[in-house]
Amino acid sequence: MTQLPTSTEKKLGLVIDLDTCVGCHACVISCKGWNTENYGAPLSDTDAYGADPSGTFLNRIHSYEITQENAPAQLVHFPKSCLHCEDAPCVTVCPTGASYKRVEDGIVLVNESDCIGCGLCAWACPYGAREMDALEGVMKKCTLCVDRIYNNNLPEEDRVPACVRTCPAKARHFGDLGDPESDVSRLVAERGGMDLMPEQGTKPVNKYLPPRPKQDEAQEFDILAPYLEPVADTPSGFLGWLDKALEHIPGSGPRFPDPDARQKSGKL
Amino acid sequence: MHPAPSVIIFTVFSGLGFGMLVFLGLGLPPVTGWTAFFFYLAAYAMAVGGLMASAFHLGNPQRALKAFTQWRTSWLSREAWVSVAALAVMGIHAFAAVFFGAILAPIGWLGAGLSVFAVYCTSMIYAQLKTVPRWNTWLTPLHLITLSFGGGAALMGHTSLAGLLIVLAAALQVAHWQVGDRALARSGTTLASATGLGNRGRVTAFEPPHTGSNYLLKEMVYTVGRGHAAKLRLIALALGYGIPGVLLLLPIPGVWPSLIAVPSHIIGILAARWLFFAQAEHVVGLYYGKRAA
Repeated sequence: MTQLPTSTEKKLGLVIDLDTCVGCHACVISCKGWNTENYGAPLSDTDAYGADPSGTFLNRIHSYEITQENAPAQLVHFPKSCLHCEDAPCVTVCPTGASYKRVEDGIVLVNESDCIGCGLCAWACPYGAREMDALEGVMKKCTLCVDRIYNNNLPEEDRVPACVRTCPAKARHFGDLGDPESDVSRLVAERGGMDLMPEQGTKPVNKYLPPRPKQDEAQEFDILAPYLEPVADTPSGFLGWLDKALEHIPGSGPRFPDPDARQKSGKL
Repeated sequence: MHPAPSVIIFTVFSGLGFGMLVFLGLGLPPVTGWTAFFFYLAAYAMAVGGLMASAFHLGNPQRALKAFTQWRTSWLSREAWVSVAALAVMGIHAFAAVFFGAILAPIGWLGAGLSVFAVYCTSMIYAQLKTVPRWNTWLTPLHLITLSFGGGAALMGHTSLAGLLIVLAAALQVAHWQVGDRALARSGTTLASATGLGNRGRVTAFEPPHTGSNYLLKEMVYTVGRGHAAKLRLIALALGYGIPGVLLLLPIPGVWPSLIAVPSHIIGILAARWLFFAQAEHVVGLYYGKRAA
């Protein structure tokens, strides 16, 4: 049913920490692996080893540069997958009812046996979270690893989405964002978690934690820095003698050539 | 958006077919017998042919009947229902007119209303999408319905009415282009809002997630050269609106003006519809740094 539930019992989703993501793409691979071997049609690749490889992925990592007037540029790795929106426009446009949002946990899913592959849901999603599988002709999207998180056959620590389980930097967190006391909700509150494209009115469940400011602390970034300063600018003793001796060897110019002096002497 | 031929053919010809059915339903002119047969044949060929073409872009067309289930929320599902209802009701009207020489006026009015509603549903599939600011305007349904009336009138031989409607459609077309060219900037969706990083400085796409292409880029990040688009707009304006508008409005006797105006109109509208898709900027392109932020 493509009518969105007015409320869901839980709001399961991800909190993605842009401060700690190192852009290793491990979550992309674990996502592709799990979702190719488990729920629904496998995520196909076309021309995988040819000149124009292309494939279906449910999770992709962009990288953005932030440039400022008086501060160093910053690189932010940006994982993007389905945000399991409360007001999911992809669900309401679906003509067949294949797309739906679950009342019990808010996960947005596609029932592949009902999907006609019209692609309208992918058009309706502002985030590019849905991709049509080229071989199956059905829409694929993040399932929040619905076949892991409730799976009693897995050890308890594995009952989280594959991307969360695999992230070596612990940049991805999974939990109930509808419960203000949950770890993920507290993370969002503490770190100022944000919505992507809030003006689109989709009310995403997934939140992003902004990178912490780094420029302000740049001066005292390394506590060892003062001990690693060069101790002497002008060498003395044996090093001083060696320095002068080397300068006298023909062809070796002064260590810090003065462009004006060079012009005056007429030498290059 | 990717200008798929199936969707271009679908929107152009179903619009023309339903436009004809509107006039046939209203009894303008009240045709019966063989005349009616050929008019209805043309209208059904275009409306049904267009709808069949739309099935070609489905990944799993064998399940197309399931598209009738979600009319409560989905414009695509509503379109399926309304198109079939319009074709069925007008089928009764056509049957009576062709075989019994009878004009069932109330059935015709109902069929005409449903035919307009079918074109409206088609246009709303595009106009509803907030993700494509160029389409997300009331001008989209207004323009497509006016075009359907204009083309339908031209095909039914209402030359002066068709000429007026095509001139009106031309004005709406230019307005749609003008408003559309600024729509993405006005929507407020930028790379800054897409990443939530805008308050930290200028955000630029540094590295895409993949070296090759993917479904999103092929389907939603289609780009047309500015010069190329400007030329096509001129072609669309001249062939789709200018030439047919002038030919249909001038008091030239005979069927020759219509015989030139109608094909010219169809070719021009096909070019305009190609642009309607090709120039439509989906906001997901922002994530790939493909749209001016």
